[in-house]
Amino acid sequence: MTQHNRANSGVFEPSGKIQFGIFFQGVNSGTIWKAAESGSQTDFESFRRIAQTAERGLFAAFFLGEGLRLREHLGRPHGLDVVGRPDAQTMLAALASVTKNIGLVATQNTTYNDPADLAHRLASLDLISGGRAAWNIVTTDNAWTGANFRRGGYLDHADRYKHAEAFVETAKRIWDSWETPAGPARRVLHEGQHYTVDVTPRLPRSAQYRPVLFQAGDSPEGRSFAARHADVIFSAHPKFDDAVEFRKDLVERSLAAGRGANAVQIMPASEFILAPTAGEALEKKEWVRSLQIGPQQAVAYLEQFWGRELSGYDPDGPLPEIDPVVEETSETRGSGFHGAKARQLADQWRAEAKDKGLSIRQFVSSKTARVDATFTGSYTAVADRLAEYARVGAVDGFNISPWLIPTGLDDIVNHLVPELQERGVYPTEYAGSTLRENLGLGTPVRSADETAGAVRAS
Amino acid sequence: MSTTEPSRQGFLAIEVDGAGWDGGDFASLGEAVLAAESAGFHAATFTDEPVPGRANALQRAAFAGPVTRTIALIPEVDTVYTEPFHVSTQLASLDYVSGGRAGWIVTAAESPEAAAAVGRSFVSGTALGQEAAASVEVSRRLWDSWEDDAVIRDVATGRYIDVDKLHYIDFDTAADFETPAGFAGPGYSVKGPSIIPRPLQGQLPVLAAASLVGEGQLPADAVDAVLVSAPTPELLAAEVRDVRARVGGSVAVIAELGVVLDSRGQAAAGRPAGFDGAGSAGGRAQYAGSADGLTELLEALLQEADGVRLHPASLALELDELSRLVLPELRRRGALRPPVQDGTFRDLLGLTRPASRYASAAAGAGK
Repeated sequence: MTQHNRANSGVFEPSGKIQFGIFFQGVNSGTIWKAAESGSQTDFESFRRIAQTAERGLFAAFFLGEGLRLREHLGRPHGLDVVGRPDAQTMLAALASVTKNIGLVATQNTTYNDPADLAHRLASLDLISGGRAAWNIVTTDNAWTGANFRRGGYLDHADRYKHAEAFVETAKRIWDSWETPAGPARRVLHEGQHYTVDVTPRLPRSAQYRPVLFQAGDSPEGRSFAARHADVIFSAHPKFDDAVEFRKDLVERSLAAGRGANAVQIMPASEFILAPTAGEALEKKEWVRSLQIGPQQAVAYLEQFWGRELSGYDPDGPLPEIDPVVEETSETRGSGFHGAKARQLADQWRAEAKDKGLSIRQFVSSKTARVDATFTGSYTAVADRLAEYARVGAVDGFNISPWLIPTGLDDIVNHLVPELQERGVYPTEYAGSTLRENLGLGTPVRSADETAGAVRAS
Repeated sequence: MSTTEPSRQGFLAIEVDGAGWDGGDFASLGEAVLAAESAGFHAATFTDEPVPGRANALQRAAFAGPVTRTIALIPEVDTVYTEPFHVSTQLASLDYVSGGRAGWIVTAAESPEAAAAVGRSFVSGTALGQEAAASVEVSRRLWDSWEDDAVIRDVATGRYIDVDKLHYIDFDTAADFETPAGFAGPGYSVKGPSIIPRPLQGQLPVLAAASLVGEGQLPADAVDAVLVSAPTPELLAAEVRDVRARVGGSVAVIAELGVVLDSRGQAAAGRPAGFDGAGSAGGRAQYAGSADGLTELLEALLQEADGVRLHPASLALELDELSRLVLPELRRRGALRPPVQDGTFRDLLGLTRPASRYASAAAGAGK
């Protein structure tokens, strides 16, 4: 089979279109739980409602995260934000029976899964959904997470991408092991530093050949990893100039990895706050922010970095004068917070808040709001902005985190999508029935090694 | 036999292997489970034996969740080469997508191939039962680790959950797991709490083959039902009585029966006995013959067993005959429990919803 021509090209060519994904987060402060409209985070009805709304809006993909350990706060589970989410692949398998076209993306880590088992389950989801499955590849390494798993914390931070590389290559070989769509499958052997795999795969290719690969790491190592393996990168650079810069960087890395300039698509994380007019959108934004970060959450946010209780401090007053009791911030809140130098950070933040005249609550809101990732405005103005992204090919789409479950996509589907369609930058129908077709990705090519059936060691 | 009024009412389960995996058409999986539900089956089971072409059992069960209403959905999930934390989350999630109709057939793979696939050493003999026991204990603790009312959404205090109602489970094979022989495999620990709130049923019903249940293996009080096999239909009722005596009255007993029926003008004797192949046919009683004969046999079996699980030779053919001829007649004779509208799998088994084991504990997680 040949690859899609555009994907193979040595020169980047914008597709002129953007697509949407939806990320049902299930954790953290981005999802509002305090509003009257806030629905259940676990009832299947919430998942069905939002997935079917997304499909009505021709979204390419429905994303779920993966929980391995509950976030903690000062040694206990963190209780102020949305938390408690179902297993990604189980939910997606259920959604496969009530949706038809939307891609089903499961975030799964390479550290506390086994390659043969995970490859089999993803292949199952791909078959069950008629070729709509994808894997969002993440890595983790810390022993704190490992406390829930047989292996414990076995992996050094420095080794996580090396480990992930071997894991993903093994998974691809498992999916590629069928000579013909009907089989038979060839045995796959891998001998690595942390595990060995010896498996004869049992599932045939799906309608899209194998699951689509997403990747979310943003370090130089993570980007190169994506350039080698991913079909789509779930990036952290939605702001226009950053997105253009990120595209250039990724094109260079893709070419260096021996792939085409268009081989890897980019979908940054984003949030949309929309209304008929700019003024109404700004009002809505204030309301959203006030509910995302309440007074207790603002204080708790600082406590993560100070390592001590700060409940005596007024959320509407200045940042605490008292110093942190920890050297470094811990991993228990999530990887993004891990390892910051606490004292240095506190000094910096106090200066910044004083400079701008911000209270604890205002300061924390400014830190957590992902200013870059938020598109606020009227439907028409935001559509104009997105059309510009499509014109220059800054991104291939946006992965949207709704701030309300399950109604958070209604505005986007009912008002923004038609505006984008009028501008000719958004699909007017699904291109096909598989995720690979709907994203316009080429058929993967089996590696020469794979055809030779070599045993690999790393 | 058909003239006497049955004194007990039982339930029927059907193994739906053969739907959606042989032809790669998964729309037929949903249709088949729905057809089983419409026919009056109380439960559908999903095998996870490693056969080429067969998709993951738990995902197949999840797929059937949103398109069915009353039938219990019970996948096999291995306990030896899987991560107990993931297994627990996946099963709890199945309970959510099925509205409280999920169960778990605990298996313990005795397979060098399964070991090699994940790079672990081969587990055999009594150690299999210990792996099963450890994994079930982890799941049961994790399912209790969020009390029922842990999600409080208290706007005034800004708390989404009440942290006092979440609990670390601190499972450790070395410290917590007591068997006469200790734990034979490589030990492990699980900290908790669960990543997902308590399942809708509180605890999913746990099923296992009777051969896996017993002292030094999976304890009888860790399971809610056992699956009982015998070499022939004639021996099945006696085996059910023996097992019931062994596991005690609080564990439901389900008899296993392979079925080949006269179908569409073809006598059962002339039809292949199904795609299950070697292994399962060996130890499992097999009925071949007319629908009337099967009705008699099931009526008799349901006097001894709480339920019977049927393994059809061909799902499409047998389901057709079963729904037209066998289940209506069993219902007419009063041998089947009426399905519970919007009921849970626990309701079907007559189990109440248990309180969390941590609910009475004064101290919450981290205290």
